[in-house]
Amino acid sequence: MKILVCISKTPDTTAKIAFTDNNTKFAEAGVQWIINPYDEWYALVRAIELREKDPDTIVHLVTVGGPDADPIIRKALALGGEEAIRVNLQSQDSFVIATQIADVAKTDGYDLVFTGKETIDYNGSSIGGMVAELLDQPYVPLAIKFDINGITATVTREIEGGEEVCEVNLPLTVSCQKGMAEQRIPNMKGIMGARTKPLTVRQPVAAEALTTVAGFELPPAKAGVKLIPADNPAELVRLLHEEAKVI
Amino acid sequence: MSVLIFIDLAEGHVKKASLEAISYGAAIAEQLNTTAEGVVLGSTQEDLAALGRYGVQKIHHVNNETLNHFDAQVYTKLIAAAATESNATVIIFSNNVDGKAIAPRLSVRLKAGLVAGAIALPDTSNGFSVKKNVFSGKAFATIKVNTPVKIISLNPNAYKISSTEAKAEVVKLNTPVEPGHIKITAVNKIKGEVSLSEAEIVVSGGRGLKGPENWGLVEDLAKSLHAATACSRPVADSGWRPHHEHVGQTGLAIAPNLYIAIGISGAIQHLAGVNRSKTIVVINKDPEAPFFKAADYGIVGDAFEVVPKITEAIKQLK
Ligand SMILES: Cc1cc2nc3c(=O)[nH]c(=O)nc-3n(C[C@H](O)[C@H](O)[C@H](O)COP(=O)(O)OP(=O)(O)OC[C@H]3O[C@@H](n4cnc5c(N)ncnc54)[C@H](O)[C@@H]3O)c2cc1C
Ligand SMILES: Nc1ncnc2c1ncn2[C@@H]1O[C@H](COP(=O)(O)O)[C@@H](O)[C@H]1O
Repeated sequence: MKILVCISKTPDTTAKIAFTDNNTKFAEAGVQWIINPYDEWYALVRAIELREKDPDTIVHLVTVGGPDADPIIRKALALGGEEAIRVNLQSQDSFVIATQIADVAKTDGYDLVFTGKETIDYNGSSIGGMVAELLDQPYVPLAIKFDINGITATVTREIEGGEEVCEVNLPLTVSCQKGMAEQRIPNMKGIMGARTKPLTVRQPVAAEALTTVAGFELPPAKAGVKLIPADNPAELVRLLHEEAKVI
Repeated sequence: MSVLIFIDLAEGHVKKASLEAISYGAAIAEQLNTTAEGVVLGSTQEDLAALGRYGVQKIHHVNNETLNHFDAQVYTKLIAAAATESNATVIIFSNNVDGKAIAPRLSVRLKAGLVAGAIALPDTSNGFSVKKNVFSGKAFATIKVNTPVKIISLNPNAYKISSTEAKAEVVKLNTPVEPGHIKITAVNKIKGEVSLSEAEIVVSGGRGLKGPENWGLVEDLAKSLHAATACSRPVADSGWRPHHEHVGQTGLAIAPNLYIAIGISGAIQHLAGVNRSKTIVVINKDPEAPFFKAADYGIVGDAFEVVPKITEAIKQLK
């Protein structure tokens, strides 16, 4: 089985969110970049586990981005995966990104595509579904468990107020979230090994953006907390009822 | 021309998030001076015509039992057919588990730009742009859709359900249903609890509660408010609570009307999942806890003393 894991680069979870150029660009100065947590902790680690169980499994990583994404993909390779592909293109449009990933998946014949549940910056939750449609194959989003037996995958996905278990044959695209695997820390051997793993840069295929980002804004600041004395919780209940009108 | 709304069912019932989507779609239809139409897939015991109350004028129904098992690939084709039938220029989903599965597929199939996670009505004064959440609720982006057909998936709890007196016309959509590739083998619902993603009130506990044996405190308060329960990440990671209760940047993102945080410090990654809540109440014994900065109401005190008193006061209110 050949697995393609989609890796995206996102600002660290504690990064200060601010914008420049008249609120049209994310302010990158001083920002630490990380592998999108869903891609790292769940998609990548589960793929590595599948390879550990079945050594015939091949795990490759793909990212769509500029050269600035190379350190991130190397970090991912330190956790696992035999090689990585970077499609040299920067885009904020999900369709354009998905087109590149689908092209790699098709050209190189992957049986399984793993994505994260969403990127923590653009929160699209879209790439996986788009890739699956481009490849005309099934898609299971928000998966919390994944096992494979021959060509049949058993996948558990989140639904409102519970979970649903399904069986589906490869080829397949799955978006991964908590439950799929446990976070791993790369070890020294992994980090050293990652330096020499092949990272191929490819040119993008043509695709037209369906959307553009017109601008950003920050939410209005909170008015400030109203503190209620600890010995008078009834006052809190009154405020919630009469002022906030939420109970 | 029309605005087409995907009306999502769970066990034959229309989901609350879909009622929001209908109200939202109907408002867009009014804005664009066109009709609001809906599409329902699968069998239902509900009176579909009555959904007219929320502003939908016509409903295309594919009443086929195989559709009671969700398969995004099969659904996408049928919704595309409904879009052709109703000549839709705007298509609305809820940004819920099913919307996240179908909307991106449909976007590719129809070459229609998708805005996932919209929080407001589109601005149609100059082109077509929609505001959405980005950076896990820490900012908004305005996304311009450049294609003739637009798809919007609306964040749950971001748009108010409105209703009038009206009935919808229900018509059969005669598109053949192709067999899917996904075989559903089990559905495990957590019984008796309010679903976290749809809850209007959420009571959440953190490491300050010391251990799973103390969760009665959280549950009693939740029960008195008919609320769902949630927790911080370390609480789920330690196995004190099930994983599906974990909210935050790497867990579920929620936007209830009221979020009550008990013994949670308010780390930035936790806030990312709850900062869209309309009202936030924080109960923490440390006055310096960062959560107070993001709160509307707060009590500095020991949860073990304060929370039972709040539960009592709520019971008295009812
Ligand atoms: C990449 C990344 C992603 C993360 N994602 C998430 C996420 O999705 N969700 C999440 O929650 N966290 C997440 N975290 C973890 C986050 O940084 C915090 O560590 C976590 O939220 C802390 O949980 P807590 O508030 O329950 O515990 P603590 O930080 O230990 O806080 C406990 C609080 O309880 C208070 N307290 C103690 N005793 C009492 C008492 N008797 N009465 C009242 N109050 C009391 C204390 O004053 C303290 O403020 C993430 C971290 C990273 C690095
Ligand atoms: N530029 C990218 N390169 C590779 N994979 C990506 C990229 N952007 C998003 N993805 C993958 O798609 C998932 C969902 O992203 P999104 O639809 O943007 O929320 C992410 O978790 C990644 O696995």
